[in-house]
Amino acid sequence: MSSITTRDVPRGFSASEYMTCLTGIVWREGLRFLHQRERFVSALVRPLVWLFIFAAGFRQVLGISIIPPYETYILYEVFIAPGLMAMIQLFNGMQSSLSMVYDREMGNMRTLLVSPLPRGFLLFCKLLAGTAVSLLQVYAFLIIAWFWDITPPPIGYLTVLPALILSGLMLGSLGMLISSGIKQLENFAGVMNFVIFPMFFASSALYPLWRVQEGSPYLYYVCQANPFTHAVELIRFALYGQINWISLAVVGVCTIVFMIAAIYAYDPSRGLARREPAGGEG
Amino acid sequence: MSSIPRYNDAALPPPPAGEVRTARGQMSRMLLATVLVALTARPAHAFIAYVSNEKSNTVSVIDTDSWTVAKTIKVGQRPRGIEFTRDGKFVMVAIGDDDTIQMIDAKTQAVVDTLPSGPDPELFTQDAAGRTLYVANENDNTVTVIDLEKRARLGDIQVGVEPEGMTISPDGKTLINTSETTNMAHFIDTASRKIVANVLVDARPRFAEFKHDASELWVSSEIGGTVSVIDPNKHAVIGKVNFEIPGLRKEAIQPVGIGMTKDDKTAFVALGPANRIAVVDTATRKVTKYLLVGQRVWHMAFTPDEKYLLTTNGVSNDVSVIDVAAQKVIKTIQVGELPWGITIAP
Repeated sequence: MSSITTRDVPRGFSASEYMTCLTGIVWREGLRFLHQRERFVSALVRPLVWLFIFAAGFRQVLGISIIPPYETYILYEVFIAPGLMAMIQLFNGMQSSLSMVYDREMGNMRTLLVSPLPRGFLLFCKLLAGTAVSLLQVYAFLIIAWFWDITPPPIGYLTVLPALILSGLMLGSLGMLISSGIKQLENFAGVMNFVIFPMFFASSALYPLWRVQEGSPYLYYVCQANPFTHAVELIRFALYGQINWISLAVVGVCTIVFMIAAIYAYDPSRGLARREPAGGEG
Repeated sequence: MSSIPRYNDAALPPPPAGEVRTARGQMSRMLLATVLVALTARPAHAFIAYVSNEKSNTVSVIDTDSWTVAKTIKVGQRPRGIEFTRDGKFVMVAIGDDDTIQMIDAKTQAVVDTLPSGPDPELFTQDAAGRTLYVANENDNTVTVIDLEKRARLGDIQVGVEPEGMTISPDGKTLINTSETTNMAHFIDTASRKIVANVLVDARPRFAEFKHDASELWVSSEIGGTVSVIDPNKHAVIGKVNFEIPGLRKEAIQPVGIGMTKDDKTAFVALGPANRIAVVDTATRKVTKYLLVGQRVWHMAFTPDEKYLLTTNGVSNDVSVIDVAAQKVIKTIQVGELPWGITIAP
């Protein structure tokens, strides 16, 4: 790293230097995740509680219609599995952005931002790192779910990977965008409630959208406009080796928009971060 | 199609050195061959299934290769019991409200003839040679015997009230009929056409099925919620299969159709409004798994290779496809209204 800092900034960086930065950030995020065993456990317990307890009570809810990508009747737990996978990523995205607020409060962020590499790249690395961590959590969840008779086709475990990466990036960049506007750690809990819960409940994670439409057509439009719905559907189709093109487009566009907005927001000369000078004590 | 075997052959021995020069060329050639083998391997087991739709008065023809309804045949009022003739040339359908059995030509897929049954025929069975047909007439407590070659009625056998379940022992000597209201399985000697024994089972027996080795007769009781296992020699119930699904009322579990694998090791039992097929280990007579299918599942049929089991789901108007080896429901296909019976071309 020291050799990098002595160079003149305007000169371009080599790919290996970018890689050094990327692996550094991913490695740190991975270490942080592994050292916080409670976080791993809680990341797993949350969806499993939904699966084992909530779904058990609603077992009979479905089984009355066949919704793509499913080709036959399914139990409720099979239906909510992709929603819970997306939930893991949603929480993870918010959590890693929470860690950005923490980093900023503790001053660790300066170490990151002192790197001469473009800020956009640094933030992208951070996003990738968060997504990688969420992948670990999701696959751990899938292994446990397999014993709970949630057995997508074997190829599905592979085809779901790109969908998970994309949705992980989208939710991570959304979290990053939100975190840029938060000055203190304490404020974050409120935002979690205002973002996570509405996003999760007003989506197709827990109930099929035709059911929502039956209850309230307006809520149906809200759900349709919710990018999280499309993240869930993208994962759901990919888990069965199919592509939901609309969801792919929505998630893709949202990822780009959120990411650009987050990078813009973290630019000290513009953006939301400007309000706190030096990005320090808040 | 003629070019395909050529590619297949090419995939097996390594291609001559002069023919394929680069490693990449070889790779793409191998890949092409693999794809072609995969494509040609698929339609090896395409069967045709016929499903009787009780309410829409039709028979749906399902292609088991594409799993789609290929054709819908108009038949008489209230078709229920459906079975292929042994030679695979005709499909016989019991037409309840028209008091007849219609015959569909499997080639032209059109109704070509009728057989004389009694009033309200529901289910029927035939002997191993396919010469004699036995029809349960729900409304007049009789079983009609029909000569399939002459397509003529040979006589009637008086049985219990509301006869339904029909099966014949593998040796063809004993005909079994269950009567829904009398709650009995009647053992009928096919030579004398006389009842030789009656076995009392649980309420509303709907269906009877022999093990292929003839050692046991299984009879499902719709209201009783059980399957009785009967020793056909001693004419006695020797065991019962019970069903229990967490979260479901006992009354919702109504066993009807039974399918037995050729090795007699596994039985599949349709549980009606429980919307499930029970997988039963025939040795222990315990349920090992419940498979979720459509609503009010009634009857079922195996494909001849026993790879798939197709079930008729009356209320949801569809047919579910079960992968027998994996014991998993892989697909559900929309058919006509109130699908009842199903048969697959041999």
